[in-house]
Amino acid sequence: MSIFEYNGSALVAMVGKNCFAIASDRRLGVQLQTIATDFQKIYRIHNKLFIGLAGLATDAQTLYQRLVFRNKLYHLREERDMKPETFASLVSAVLYEKRFGPYFCQPVIAGLGDDDKPFICTMDSIGAKELAKDFVVAGTASESLYGACESMFKPDMEAEELFETISQALISAVDRDCLSGWGGHVYLVTPTEVTERILKGRMD
Amino acid sequence: MSRFEESAPARGGFSYDLCKRNEMLMQKGLKPSSYLKTGTTIVGLVFQDGVILGADTRATEGPIVADKNCEKIHYMAPNIYCCGAGTAADTEAVTDMVSSQLKLHRFHTGRESRVVTALTLLKSHLFSYQGHVSAALVLGGVDVTGPHLHTIYPHGSTDTLPFATMGSGSLAAMAIFESKYREGLTRDEGVKLVAEAICSGIFNDLGSGSNVDVCVITKGKREYLRNYMLPNPRTYVSEKGYSFSKKTEVLLTKITPLRELVEVIEGGDAMEE
Repeated sequence: MSIFEYNGSALVAMVGKNCFAIASDRRLGVQLQTIATDFQKIYRIHNKLFIGLAGLATDAQTLYQRLVFRNKLYHLREERDMKPETFASLVSAVLYEKRFGPYFCQPVIAGLGDDDKPFICTMDSIGAKELAKDFVVAGTASESLYGACESMFKPDMEAEELFETISQALISAVDRDCLSGWGGHVYLVTPTEVTERILKGRMD
Repeated sequence: MSRFEESAPARGGFSYDLCKRNEMLMQKGLKPSSYLKTGTTIVGLVFQDGVILGADTRATEGPIVADKNCEKIHYMAPNIYCCGAGTAADTEAVTDMVSSQLKLHRFHTGRESRVVTALTLLKSHLFSYQGHVSAALVLGGVDVTGPHLHTIYPHGSTDTLPFATMGSGSLAAMAIFESKYREGLTRDEGVKLVAEAICSGIFNDLGSGSNVDVCVITKGKREYLRNYMLPNPRTYVSEKGYSFSKKTEVLLTKITPLRELVEVIEGGDAMEE
């Protein structure tokens, strides 16, 4: 079994018209046993920047704490919020620092940058950035997510349609993965509001 | 004291503090993850006025295509570009690092960077990590001494060549170069040959794919032709899109309005005394 399959996760982020959505599953397991069904994998850095962490849950939580620390330092020094591109470079540097003894995490970063232009990116566990204009996926269900997103995604979707698309892609993909599931957690961010929704999925 | 210092911005270089724990996990039978690789076909050739670099745009994670349009031609200096194959994080980090070092060197000397400077910085870094930083590079540029093209292997050895290919698709691309390369090519002939070599890699090597990126560097000018050729468009695109028969069931909705910016009205009513 791979280290990435120890806890199980599914993460996806999609870009819409002046908005973005980031979604995750809710299961926390220890190999094949489920120990929590409401585990948080997407964290808020600031109102317009979210990071989801797939992979080993303990590394995800440690990495999140380190990133919050660095973000707070940045905020104190610069007196403004970090841009998503800058934050992505920060995460990449933090991960690459541990190149030969890495954190077993794959981050998915989504945010609204200058002029509320949506930005998404993902990285492998040593910080190789992958910027995309449509969608990014991570986690044990990533192969199913690639397929689902590739067929369901359309460019320039409005907020409600984007929510429906990302939810359908997530639920379809996690239904084909034993290690992720138990519902979904979707954050839909537009320039004026952040909508957090919990989805009902198969409880197996 | 040491735990607090660990979270503070590091002074550069690698940190090895998770190695023991990862070793322990490995012994318990958990296999390590695969890193994002750039399977790749990267090429470079010297033509009459300078250097042309080319690369495909596929990034793979095991057998899956992770990025269909990634950038493999990295900026080093205004007159020097570098294509990278191998582990994506390593090629990006090493080219970014040497690019910053070159910029500082330019400030220090007040002169345009030379290709051999970039070459020496890269090879000494890679050699000192004994091949564990898995970056195979094709470095090309034009400086005061003329056009240069070099290949750099992950262990730190280098070659200086008139035409070079690296990556999993290097054999396919080299076949094209060996049969069609000659000295004194014009710009158009050179770009056509580079595109042909990359296409050969894209169609014959499974680790390379998608589009062709080309970068032409001449004395005082460089042209970065991102997505110069797109030989793999999406074949069937349904205009209707995907319609969902059943809507997702939502259990809970929480809306957080973001603070709106306060509007300042010029010449508004003055406050009453």
